[in-house]
Amino acid sequence: MSQKFTAQAILEREYLPVRAKIIEIASALDRIDRATGGPPDDPRGKQIQTALELLLENGPDRAERVQLLFSRHYDETWPATLQMPNR
Amino acid sequence: MYYIDPHIHMVSRTTDDYETLAKMGCVGLSEPAFWAGYDRGSVDGFRDYFRQLTDFESRRAAIYGIQHFTWLCINAKEAENVELSRDVIAMIPEFLNAKGVLGIGEIGLNKNTRNEAIVFLEHIDLAMKTNEQILIHTPHLEDKYQGTRMILDMLISDNRIERHRVLVDHVEEHTIRPVLEAGFWAGMTLYPVSKCTPARAADMVEMYGPERLMVNSAGDWGPSKPTAVPDFILEMRRRGHGEELIRRIVYDNPLTFFGQSRNFDFQAPC
Repeated sequence: MSQKFTAQAILEREYLPVRAKIIEIASALDRIDRATGGPPDDPRGKQIQTALELLLENGPDRAERVQLLFSRHYDETWPATLQMPNR
Repeated sequence: MYYIDPHIHMVSRTTDDYETLAKMGCVGLSEPAFWAGYDRGSVDGFRDYFRQLTDFESRRAAIYGIQHFTWLCINAKEAENVELSRDVIAMIPEFLNAKGVLGIGEIGLNKNTRNEAIVFLEHIDLAMKTNEQILIHTPHLEDKYQGTRMILDMLISDNRIERHRVLVDHVEEHTIRPVLEAGFWAGMTLYPVSKCTPARAADMVEMYGPERLMVNSAGDWGPSKPTAVPDFILEMRRRGHGEELIRRIVYDNPLTFFGQSRNFDFQAPC
């Protein structure tokens, strides 16, 4: 299904909301840096950094790729792993 | 525009919310059974809950011209208690012929455990034996992708299931494609923080089209917005989409899906 507007028109509409969201992220990262205790040893910090890098990549499916980055791995052998009863 | 919210937990909402929904154009809604915020201790606790869903809520909704429908199950969060789950599943048929009961739901997974999967499969068995439609909850946040794929594995491996009679809910960008490609219905839940926003839901409509796709508020006792479906309608209009397309997502599609349930006796507004 095609978009009703040009890329330029969508940029016009989205510019201020995107700008605001980027500033929110920047200020949240600053908040973590300002806090006591040094950089947290937490894999979620690296996850956020990787997600931000992913936004700079090209392609139409950034949202899907970010979602997968924040997702647990799916293993198709899960019925055996969980020892599911035979049906 | 008239609309139907296909997934909202009105037992957690006030009567004022019914009034607001009616003013916004809501003429029908469906309420799946879900977790109350605490684990219930007995099958009688569920029996009382099902009475509330099948009797009191429909009367409360009717005061504002909203037609109320419901789905019955024990939620995945309580499925670790397999013995209680089995007692509840055995009791559900007492209510399956009650007015407004559309099927079994919202069943699914929460933390993708063995017990959750076992209870999910036993709900499926009940639905197949009683010829009920199914409404499925997919897990939250980092568990969603894995859990959705596990749910699809279980559904697809059961050749009794008619896929057009199953709604897989709470899809997002990473789960919508496998659900639709497998032939199931998909629901997008509009939440303030987790799940999906009206803008992202509109994006997915633009990417995948309106076929077998619905939006809902899943309004409940947590952070949620019962008027989220009108927010989606506004977002679609701002993007220049026509009323016919919007109406298909928020009204026609729920009617088509729910219409496959024998207890769906919806009266269209004049």
